[in-house]
Amino acid sequence: MTDLLYLYIFVLAAFVGYEVISRVPVILHTPLMSGSNFVHGVVLVGSMWALAHAETPLQLVLGFLAVFLGAANAAGGYVVTERMLGMFASKSDAARAKKGA
Amino acid sequence: MLSWLVNGAYLVVSVLFILGLKAMSSPKTARKGIAWAGVGMLLATAVTFLIPGGDGGLAFFAPGKTINLILCVVAIVLGGGIAAWLGKVVKMTDMPQMVAIYNGMGGGAAALIAAVAFTSAEPPTGTHATLAMIGALIGCVAFSGSTLAFAKLQGIMKKAVRWPAQNLGNVLHTLVTLGLGIAIVIAGPHPALVVAFFLMALILGLALTSPIGGADMPVVISLLNAFTGLAVGLEGYMLGNPALIIAGIVVGAAGTLLTQLMAKAMNRPLTNVLFAPITGEAQAGGTMEGSMKECSSMDAAAMMRYAEHVIIVPGYGMAVAGAQHKVYEMTKLLEAEGVRVSFAIHPVAGRMPGHMNVLLAEAGVPYDQIFDLDEINAEFPLADVALVIGANDVVNPVARTDKSSPIYGMPILDADKARECIVIKRGRGAGYSGIENALFYADNTSMLYGSAQQAVADVITHIKELS
Repeated sequence: MTDLLYLYIFVLAAFVGYEVISRVPVILHTPLMSGSNFVHGVVLVGSMWALAHAETPLQLVLGFLAVFLGAANAAGGYVVTERMLGMFASKSDAARAKKGA
Repeated sequence: MLSWLVNGAYLVVSVLFILGLKAMSSPKTARKGIAWAGVGMLLATAVTFLIPGGDGGLAFFAPGKTINLILCVVAIVLGGGIAAWLGKVVKMTDMPQMVAIYNGMGGGAAALIAAVAFTSAEPPTGTHATLAMIGALIGCVAFSGSTLAFAKLQGIMKKAVRWPAQNLGNVLHTLVTLGLGIAIVIAGPHPALVVAFFLMALILGLALTSPIGGADMPVVISLLNAFTGLAVGLEGYMLGNPALIIAGIVVGAAGTLLTQLMAKAMNRPLTNVLFAPITGEAQAGGTMEGSMKECSSMDAAAMMRYAEHVIIVPGYGMAVAGAQHKVYEMTKLLEAEGVRVSFAIHPVAGRMPGHMNVLLAEAGVPYDQIFDLDEINAEFPLADVALVIGANDVVNPVARTDKSSPIYGMPILDADKARECIVIKRGRGAGYSGIENALFYADNTSMLYGSAQQAVADVITHIKELS
């Protein structure tokens, strides 16, 4: 039964993903790709789970690498997305400043 | 009790991610979106230290698990620290390959989760083993494929590599890898099988990505991004972790849609990107008539100084030369002389849709001077000068006329319809995709050779002299 519930989540999440970004303007394609790249950085949680349950030295090494890569995905994804979107802020601020002047 | 706390937190995390992605699809709310998603990620990481272990206590704080906890903290600090630092210092022009490499790391992490599961004393069986195996396969492809995409965009690897019967070979390769995976599910994870499976999966990622040329890379990165999402969702299913399932699958679906949107903007059906890469040879028959005319920076300065309306078409060449600041300086000079200046952005200018807008915004170009293809194309016939800086395929009229051209049908900016067209270009060779550009041979086109940075600086000097 639990497995079936996960399947429900799986399918419904697919619809959410499709709906959530329909009608996105072209200028946001790259930042949004970067943003979704950040979101799957949540793989870090799974990596931590794997490392927490690691028993053998081999598993510790694999788990360590998994957490390392997961953390890099999350942190790097955040910084890069934030920088890209920061450009949009300076743009609209500049436009506002220009109109105000 | 503890399980409720952790899973309740994961629910909050999932909501924050979805709201964050939704907000990121609109320019007004995009910055809020990444902040919400960031809070979600911090919360997810924090509560994961509290996951329950087998004996009812905390998995990370059980006796004998100190080494796991220390390794976990070290890995997070090292991995997160290095990636965040790189993300901060990298140039804006290099952003696409950074997205690629971070995406690859996520895929690698998903594959490693499966590797840990397959090497444990109680490996997953049945459905869980199947999903973990598929997730690992997709994760490995995303990892090696993204790494190769990074190498290509970074210029470490220059050429697309092709070999005979490539598509057939890749199909067979995929089948063999799947066969190994099925063997693991049925016969259990024998070390030799597992190693062979992961190696084959990693090589498959390289084989699928290597024939694809640099111009198609954005679409490929977007697709691999969706792959990683799917891999993360599948591993989440194996682990029974709803946060991973939701975030992974939402990204998988959103990424697939985004890939389609990008492919549409480039007028390159996804199947063409993957299975029929653009090749320079395809253009062999299309030799150009006429000759290229050269002009000096003084000519260019005079043409623009006495124009009424100049449309600038920036391309990746401008961005790599870091010339956007100089270009904006020139724009302000021209405007001071009463010239109207607009920027025309092709949907795929730069390396990815939206990339060029970000680069121009960085240089301070105001929003209301930047127009996209649909808005500006009608204005080219009325403009006095179209200044093309480091752009190539997006202004190639061949896309309108030559059915045999690989870019036939791609929407282009009508720079050739302006009264005069000036093209700033580094050298005489064909562009990034290797396709000859008919615009360069047109009667109303003058070529200004040089790096964008230097050429624009020279033009600025001459405009000042004319004022």
